[in-house]
Amino acid sequence: MGQLSGPTDPAADAHWEHSHPRKGFFTDTSICIGCKACEVACKEWNHNPQDGNLELLESSYDNTGALGASTWRHVAFVEQGRERIAEARESGRALVNLGMPPIGPPSAAPAIAPDLAEVDTTPPDTADFRWLMSSDVCKHCTHAGCLDVCPTGALFRTEFGTVVVQDDVCNGCGTCVAGCPFGVIERRRDGTVAVAAEREDQHAQHPAVPNVGIAQKCTLCYDRLVADETPACAKACPTTSIKFGDHDDMVETAKERVADLHAQGLTEARLYGANELDGVGGTGSVFLLLDEPEVYGLPPDPRVPTADLPTMYRRAGVAVVGMVAAAALAFLRGRA
Amino acid sequence: MVPEPEFTSYYGRPVVKPAPWGDDVAVYLFLGGVAGGSALLGLGGQLTGRPTLRRNARLSALAAVSVGAVALVKDLGRPERFLNMLRTFKVTSPMSVGSWILSAFSTGTAVSAVAEIDRLSNDRLPLGPLRSVLRAVEGPAGFEAALFAGPLAAYTAVLLGDTATPTWNAGHEELPFVFVSSATLASAGLAMITTPVREAGPARTLGALGVVGELIAMRVMEHRMDPVAAEPLRQGKAGAMLKWSERLVAAGGAGTLLAGRSRAVAVASGLSLLAASALTRFGVFEAGLSSARDPRYTIEPQKTRLARRRAAGITDDSITTAG
Repeated sequence: MGQLSGPTDPAADAHWEHSHPRKGFFTDTSICIGCKACEVACKEWNHNPQDGNLELLESSYDNTGALGASTWRHVAFVEQGRERIAEARESGRALVNLGMPPIGPPSAAPAIAPDLAEVDTTPPDTADFRWLMSSDVCKHCTHAGCLDVCPTGALFRTEFGTVVVQDDVCNGCGTCVAGCPFGVIERRRDGTVAVAAEREDQHAQHPAVPNVGIAQKCTLCYDRLVADETPACAKACPTTSIKFGDHDDMVETAKERVADLHAQGLTEARLYGANELDGVGGTGSVFLLLDEPEVYGLPPDPRVPTADLPTMYRRAGVAVVGMVAAAALAFLRGRA
Repeated sequence: MVPEPEFTSYYGRPVVKPAPWGDDVAVYLFLGGVAGGSALLGLGGQLTGRPTLRRNARLSALAAVSVGAVALVKDLGRPERFLNMLRTFKVTSPMSVGSWILSAFSTGTAVSAVAEIDRLSNDRLPLGPLRSVLRAVEGPAGFEAALFAGPLAAYTAVLLGDTATPTWNAGHEELPFVFVSSATLASAGLAMITTPVREAGPARTLGALGVVGELIAMRVMEHRMDPVAAEPLRQGKAGAMLKWSERLVAAGGAGTLLAGRSRAVAVASGLSLLAASALTRFGVFEAGLSSARDPRYTIEPQKTRLARRRAAGITDDSITTAG
């Protein structure tokens, strides 16, 4: 058993002897144009079936809804007015002024974030409206809740530090679904979808859905990584909003990018998942966001539940002792 | 300045996903507890010369654990692969640890209960020479089952606590106490129903202790939890179930004090305790699932704890950073 929380190299922690660099994504939402090429490329490469019925969700251009068993990239669309933009800028500014220390070796982070309280941060083009677009994906956490609680060993840590389900081992117990603090992994339903009558030609016959009843999520294209290929989503992204590479480089790139945006006065820019001291030991997929994480459907302070497992086992042990003591007392009293 | 926690979400959609578990799992939470408590009563009966209590408790344990295990397997996405639960032992996975506890418990319980069935049928089970072996090991088997009885009743609390489901996770420190208390009072209630008043004295005492334990544990849990994460325990279907559970616990508890005089009172309070335990398990189960379906229960407690840490000067452990 490796570490349950805190900074670590997850592949080494999982006893991989060959040291491959940890791989990850950097999703820069400031240059996402919401084209959903990543969603499509992911579906095609991974043969993921249709997710539910084809319906309009009334949430801007997002009709996918959320990550799930058959949706491993999900592009969120958020429409904001002047007031909300100002709030985002303010919450970002508060974050900068909180004096968040730079992470990583000192040489890697030369630029100390400037105190922006005194700087005129009026952006060059103050918007009355903005559209946030963000391609969400599995975080491939350093301490992955799903992997920790999997009873069969179906979920495993790859040599690239990513987290992957073995479809032929998973028995669909569903514990990982509840174990993920980001709501990523899901058990695949039978995929039966109601077919609209007028679309009979195109949709009347769905191909058989693979891996029904089994937990499914992004593999960071494990099958492509072993062939030294870029994951399908990053390959398809036309704006390089989705970047793929060594995790350390991704974090470095993310820090440079957020510093650039801050220098332009865009204090709303912030990183998500780049801190190895956070509740999941840092994520393999790092994001640059332009508002609070919950605006994008991300948890503001996720914590891997297993970090508290030693406490839980201890408390359960005390409870068991109490139960046995109560039984002993009941029989001793009966004897007296 | 730390901004006050305020609630925004992505179109009101959930952040975490609820476990894909149906009522089968809640049934197992209940029956696993009944089985564990019954094995302890069986061992007590075995050690203190109460043959009827011993027999009934052993049979109860086997029946409860069998139905419970079937419910668990039925709830899997791939029931035919249930044996994969035993292809490894993972201490970080309460489900894995629990599968081994369940297996170990079931072994001792089955041996001791089969011995009782054989006796009940006047040695008619086709055991041949194995009968003497069975008689020799039934006592140790009763011990073995009792050894895993407490863990069987408690691990399900860890299973629920070790998730990102807000209400379960927020109760992770007290849930084991709620669950063992619930298991204790339920198994005691069942023994009060099945066993004549003369031999059921220890069951009544145990039931009363379970009632006290559950009333205290439940209150402490709700009190210590994040107030927002505790809300689902008081609302809707889950809230109603837990309210009724509390009433039935109290009624059953009062019944245990009077049940020494009348079998009818014993049966009534036993039923009341069993129903209370089932409602506790279903209530906690349902509260967790509903807390996962509403983003508020994920986001608000997290914003609160993040703001609290920042106010205390801890500014280096947020997942959101300025650079």
